[in-house]
Amino acid sequence: MSNNIQLKQGLNIPISGGAVQKTKKDVVSTVIALKPTDFRGLVPKLLVKEGDEVLCGTPVLADKASPEILFTSPVSGTVETVVRGEKRKLLEVRIKPDAEQKHLDFGAKKVNDLKDADIRAILLKSGLWPSFIQRPYGILANPQARPKAIFVSAFSTAPLAANMEYVLRNETDNIQTGINAIAKLTDGGVHLSLCSDNFNGTPFHKLENVIFHTFSGKHPAGNVGIQIHNIDPIRKGETVWTISLMMLAAIGKLLNTGKLDLSRKVAVTGPKAIDPCYVNTVPGMAIADIAEFYDNSANDIRFISGDVLTGKNVGAEGFLGFYDNQVTLIKEGNEFEMFGWAKPFRTHLFSASRAYFSWLTPKKLYDMDTNTHGGERAFVMNDVYRKVLPMHIFPVHLMKACIAGDIDKMEQLGIYEVLEEDIALCEYVCPSKIEWMSILSSGIDLMLKEMA
Amino acid sequence: MNGLRKYIDKIKPNFTKGGKFGFLQSTFEGFETFLFVPDTVTKRGTHVKDSVDLKRLLIIVVLALVPAMLFGMWNVGYQHDAAFGLGWGFWQMFWYGLVKVIPLYLVSYIVGLGIEFVSAQLKGHEISEGYLVSGMIIPLIVPVDVPLWMLAIAVAFAVIIGKEIFGGTGMNIWNPALLARAFLFFSYPSKMSGDTVWTGGVARYMAEGKAYACGNGIVDGFSGATPLAHPTLEGLQSAGTSFMDLFIGTVPGSVGETSVIAILIGAAILLFTGVASWKIMFSSVLGGLAVGYLGYFCGATDLPGYWQLVMGGFAFGTVFMATDPVTSAQTEYGKWIYGFLVGALAVTVRLWNPGYPEGMMLAILLMNTFAPLIDHYVISSSIRRRAKKVKIA
Repeated sequence: MSNNIQLKQGLNIPISGGAVQKTKKDVVSTVIALKPTDFRGLVPKLLVKEGDEVLCGTPVLADKASPEILFTSPVSGTVETVVRGEKRKLLEVRIKPDAEQKHLDFGAKKVNDLKDADIRAILLKSGLWPSFIQRPYGILANPQARPKAIFVSAFSTAPLAANMEYVLRNETDNIQTGINAIAKLTDGGVHLSLCSDNFNGTPFHKLENVIFHTFSGKHPAGNVGIQIHNIDPIRKGETVWTISLMMLAAIGKLLNTGKLDLSRKVAVTGPKAIDPCYVNTVPGMAIADIAEFYDNSANDIRFISGDVLTGKNVGAEGFLGFYDNQVTLIKEGNEFEMFGWAKPFRTHLFSASRAYFSWLTPKKLYDMDTNTHGGERAFVMNDVYRKVLPMHIFPVHLMKACIAGDIDKMEQLGIYEVLEEDIALCEYVCPSKIEWMSILSSGIDLMLKEMA
Repeated sequence: MNGLRKYIDKIKPNFTKGGKFGFLQSTFEGFETFLFVPDTVTKRGTHVKDSVDLKRLLIIVVLALVPAMLFGMWNVGYQHDAAFGLGWGFWQMFWYGLVKVIPLYLVSYIVGLGIEFVSAQLKGHEISEGYLVSGMIIPLIVPVDVPLWMLAIAVAFAVIIGKEIFGGTGMNIWNPALLARAFLFFSYPSKMSGDTVWTGGVARYMAEGKAYACGNGIVDGFSGATPLAHPTLEGLQSAGTSFMDLFIGTVPGSVGETSVIAILIGAAILLFTGVASWKIMFSSVLGGLAVGYLGYFCGATDLPGYWQLVMGGFAFGTVFMATDPVTSAQTEYGKWIYGFLVGALAVTVRLWNPGYPEGMMLAILLMNTFAPLIDHYVISSSIRRRAKKVKIA
């Protein structure tokens, strides 16, 4: 608690539809999907074919670049379909779960007896290796690399995010096991960031074998990228890994029981969610399996795996992402609004600026929709972005470097430190309606290509 | 409301590519998005977006300019009344000013927006609303008697050379409104400086020997000079101009620049909504005061430094033009430097350059030019600091 890092910049988006802390049901999946598109830069190699029987933990995909990285089935069942897109790009492997779940046994382990290499081997084999996200660039971790440190955020500030204490309330022991294991993969230790407001209220402050940091502030204070930047920024040539508490719990469960168990509590949230609360399910859950949470008869709902800033629009036929424990349902805002920008009041809309009057009602929650509220323009304003980005970088200049494809400039302006999720708020507040995250993605893709 | 929407939806196909009026697509979209916030939804990136857009921010700037504009209209009448000794009441003065200023606005918007529409059409872009503000400012920073054809040329120059060749709003280097003024200033100096241009009707009186709609001659003792023509205590005193006159704005000058009170109302709106940077405004005032007092103590002027803030276009330039987010410095430290130098240079030109009584326009344009350089050094020093930390670590 000694070194609290207070972040002044940020914005909590007041969107309605937060999940209440109750679990409505255990989702009985009709079909689940493994999506290679959840992982940046992955060129997948398919290891199964349609009709194959898989157990929970059976490899389904491998990374072509490093074939030891496996992606395993979170359920036991039958491979139903392999969905491909343009140029036969692999999009989904759909698996129909069995009524009775059978697990591949990886063998329970005692973490103290394991060495670095053993832990890597079991994580790779079980399909939990992709839990690590490597920075810079937010890619799959390199199994040969030894990161400078591993960072974990123990709280989320994203809009309507699942409450970590609730979804992981019985998992503290598993998380501890996971931490003990991954601590052997690095010399820099495992850095765990807590929210200072809730420091004593969370069970996570009792975890051991970690280096604690506390943060206070609005979103994106809970983003691990922001935390790294304020703890120990990433320099050129350095690699750090990040992992979520949820995946740490899965690693702990694997080591404690020998079984791959990716089941998780998922928050179903958003203004269009009926009775928003939690469900028990696995990654890859079909959105159609939580049909009682929405009424899409008007066909006007956007289904987001993740939160409204960084989630993926998966559609009614889509599936929950590998890293996500939240589904957000919001209205498609494809409607015209007469004289919208010229009206003195638009009480149904929120603005972070004082150009409207929503600052008069700071507690109000809004039924937000997906309308852009304006057309795309060139960069005009320059001081609105740093108000929502607690990092010592020049965001507009970084964006311009990405647009120009200037690698030197991108490097100098801090592309190693940011991922899309960190600048999502800049895109949210942008009066020029510029697609920040896509621009950064193209910059990161260029870096990956040029630096490879 | 719905009827209008239906009508627009009905005629819309004509204006899309391949339609009857497909070549007018940008123009149509310009009007459509003016009337309706479009129905576009987020595709990639964040799924929700803030309700604020550029149109909203710019309309706030336009709103902030309204007090200066209204006061300017009244002051045009007031100065005319004083020059010809007409004994008008408030509404007569305002009406005279309205009649004089409205044509300036018509020319400014018709020429400026016309060029914007055409160039958006040529490039196939959406029409950008940036000119809403420039068009609002330009009539406020010219003498009221400027010939309309000159204004038209100046606006065309500013929009084409100052903005469109760089790629439109957001890409320009210089403030377009000031560029229009600079164009007039250097191309037609006789209409932009001297003692006869600042009071409505005087130029015509000189040429034709009669005043607008009345037979009166100019009153005895009329000077018509702006306070900047004789910036000494004695000079101002003999012209009967007090500090309060300058603060309220009942002096000759460009249409909207004279009233510090009206400009401060605008500044309050801009600062409260966060549209303009308080750092630039504040540091520009600091710079003006610093050089103003320097001149006072060196004997370059006998006016204390704070007089520099209320004379001429200092206040207007500081509040509405130095703060243009596109052409000013973009970094936070850069804004301090940029603003300070704007204020300092403007007063420097006033005090030490006999050729130009007013320096605000040149100061802002010069600093516009150097703003990217300031940013460059701010950013590289930040990068160097970060690099140094690595070496220590």
